[in-house]
Amino acid sequence: MRRRLFRRFAFPVLIAAAFLAVAAAGCFGPGGKSTEDESSAFSDIPAYGDSIIEGSIGDVSGFLSAVTSDSASHAAAGYVFNGLVRYDKNIELTGDLAESWKVSPDGRKIVFRLRAGVKWHDGAPFTSEDVLFTYRKMIDPKTPTAYGEDFKQVTKAYAPDPLTFVAEYDRPYAPALASWGMHILPKHLLEQHPDISRSPLNKKPVGTGPYRFTDWKTGEKTVFDASPDYWDGKPYISRVVTRVIPDLATMFLELKSGGIDLMNLSPLQYTRQTETKQFKESFKKYRYLSSGYTYLGFRLDHPFFADRKVRQAIAYATNKKEIINGVFFGLGEEATGPYKPGTWAHNPNVMRYEHDPAKAKELLAQAGWDRTDATGTLINKEGKRFEFTVLTNAGNKSREQTVAIIQQNLAAVGIRVEIRTVEWAAFINEFVKKRNFDALVLGWNITPDPDQYDIWHSSKTAPDELNYIGYVNAEVDQLLENGRRTFDKERRKKAYFRIQEILAEDQPLVFLYYPDALPVVHKRIRGIEPAPAGISHNYVKWYVPAEQQRYKSFQR
Amino acid sequence: MGRYVLRRILVSIPLLIGISIITFVVINMAPGGPIGVASDMNPKATAEYRERLKAYYGLDQPVHVRYIRWLGRMAVLDFGDSFSLDGRKVWDKIKERIPVTLLINALSMSLIFLIAVPIGIYSAVRKGSVFDRISTVAVFTGFAIPTFWLALLLMILFGVHLGWLPISGLVSLEYDALSLPLKILDRAGHLVLPVFLAAFGGLAGISRYMRSNMLEVIRQDYIMTARAKGLPEKVVVRRHAVRNALLPVITIFGLSIPGLLGGSVIFETIFAIPGMGQLFYQGVMSRDYPLIMGILTIGAFLTLLGNILADVGYAVADPRINTERAG
Repeated sequence: MRRRLFRRFAFPVLIAAAFLAVAAAGCFGPGGKSTEDESSAFSDIPAYGDSIIEGSIGDVSGFLSAVTSDSASHAAAGYVFNGLVRYDKNIELTGDLAESWKVSPDGRKIVFRLRAGVKWHDGAPFTSEDVLFTYRKMIDPKTPTAYGEDFKQVTKAYAPDPLTFVAEYDRPYAPALASWGMHILPKHLLEQHPDISRSPLNKKPVGTGPYRFTDWKTGEKTVFDASPDYWDGKPYISRVVTRVIPDLATMFLELKSGGIDLMNLSPLQYTRQTETKQFKESFKKYRYLSSGYTYLGFRLDHPFFADRKVRQAIAYATNKKEIINGVFFGLGEEATGPYKPGTWAHNPNVMRYEHDPAKAKELLAQAGWDRTDATGTLINKEGKRFEFTVLTNAGNKSREQTVAIIQQNLAAVGIRVEIRTVEWAAFINEFVKKRNFDALVLGWNITPDPDQYDIWHSSKTAPDELNYIGYVNAEVDQLLENGRRTFDKERRKKAYFRIQEILAEDQPLVFLYYPDALPVVHKRIRGIEPAPAGISHNYVKWYVPAEQQRYKSFQR
Repeated sequence: MGRYVLRRILVSIPLLIGISIITFVVINMAPGGPIGVASDMNPKATAEYRERLKAYYGLDQPVHVRYIRWLGRMAVLDFGDSFSLDGRKVWDKIKERIPVTLLINALSMSLIFLIAVPIGIYSAVRKGSVFDRISTVAVFTGFAIPTFWLALLLMILFGVHLGWLPISGLVSLEYDALSLPLKILDRAGHLVLPVFLAAFGGLAGISRYMRSNMLEVIRQDYIMTARAKGLPEKVVVRRHAVRNALLPVITIFGLSIPGLLGGSVIFETIFAIPGMGQLFYQGVMSRDYPLIMGILTIGAFLTLLGNILADVGYAVADPRINTERAG
């Protein structure tokens, strides 16, 4: 989740929203406000015990996050394992297994000071040897990991003493720090397994995290129990059960009947199906921006879209407010660029495109689309009609509805849009990778680190690479390079602010919206502190007051 | 008879191989591949990683080489390892799903036969009666109603409002702490809705089939003879008509055998049942070739087996069928 940029609503089997993780992946926004006030007749004293049952649409595929790529697996691994660093509630990097770290003045060396006294769940001590082992596994060709690239940048890694770990680079690489959030693996249990994905640990993990692995029934549930000697204090809630419920309607019924305690709501459920008194008595809803945005992207070497004025005109013609209100019942925010409002990299003062069909027509006329044919469609000097196809992936209702609204919006200024929805794998392989599209509606996840080199740099346009719109801008290239070659936040901020200005003006894609994350949690669970990072950043500190505990039989 | 069965079995082998070739080629032609699941749209996945993964799964070989390797493994009943990230054996993955799917399908199929056959017979005997009309409307309603919709309605009624039945899953979370009778009760409770819904949708086919068979038989001369010699109507229907009308149902039974292991994706998804349908669907979506091939091969095998059993059963039940010449 943390390391993936792409939002794959298309693929419910794999996106597998285990909701704690979705929230943890960074959901900021204006204060992360909860929708109603805490009111309780019960005492509010933290107590150990009880279970929390969460719903997930997908099953775990393995517990070693280095070799899995779906969010259900990453969420499950997050209970059991720790990295050296993690993102805190304000989406700032903070120590996890590392107590502290130091970046050398030239930015080429990171020295991690590890937490003392940390033990693996089997009692063995955690040391810098484990970190070194994890690093070696990440760059080992026998490890089928998609996350090895950041670690290959390391030129030298060593463990001078049991509590110190050093990584050296040949030049400063800012995203490197976040890459040490990779879960650290137990050397003593994995040493004898050349391929960690085939090791027993991928099915029965042993980690350093707040919860210990207890049970995994494939397709049914995973069970974790609180680790009594967790270095950050034993978690209050004794057991976490993740139930696999692939259908969201079923999941919602399970929530209402008490079968699960936590899930993510759809905008429809949030606004229309949860406003009853009965529901509010038992549940508390939360709302904050999720870390992703949806966009209308153009193939920039297409004759229609090579002209910036045309792209700007389409941005003016698109009614983002209508999309948010119509598709998300108002639960989202207009997007202005590739970073999330409220985070340090986000530049709030970029050019905005308020809905303005007149201005759109004016810009189109300037670009040579100054006459219409009998059907009211714009034509240019050569008599070419302004019509194109917008692709999106099938099975994602909100995107399909978004495209339909865009089609209406553009028809109003004389542009004819055909809509085509395609199954995910075919969509990627036959259209995106082959650059076989006019325009498409897709989404990107926003990672906590603002480095988006792979999306915008002009060198990243090969078939498997992600700048598939073909965006080329020398200044942006330089700024992307600057941004990742320094650890100085102010300098990075400057680079990313300027990138957002350029992107806003250039509109290589029309930034449409940031949807809201809408988790709901049973009211007996206390200690939830909504923050820019969502609600799950402090789940270890969640608790249920003694007299409200529901699942006594699980207690130990 | 023995020779007939043997010949049918021998003919089935090239058929099975043919089916496997076609499915193998077709799934490999589908856009995307197992590599894409982890690497598409992932900025950290490099070209080198893709190549490594391809070699890891043996996908760097041409299709025919891969097919021959697969066939070689299948010859010793080795289904291979799944391409999914857990890398488990395909057979292990299938094995753990079989009991659930088999149980639900066997229960719902028995329920279908137990209800649909009498309905069909009675409707035929009382053709045009109120019962005939009502049952016709009822079974076709069951056939026409979208299962997922009815399932949700029943979940809301019995699960949320009345609280009588669990909504989804196979067992309750407290299952392990329960005593044996309560365990059985808990499992049974979880099965009520899925089995009922699966049966409700399937009544139409069998009951209509039975009805038309029965109508056919009742018109025969020997039924008239039976009536003419003064046998009571009950005996005419039970001993003479029903027996003959049931004969073609054997065929349906045989053809239902592969269905015993084929789960329904929609069904299993809505009730959160980890069965064969979900396993296959996930396999297809992630292009897990060995898993897809494994399930399809089992399906093909059972279909051919069902055909043979149906024919043999028919031959046993109806001595007029000459097994020496039929083929």
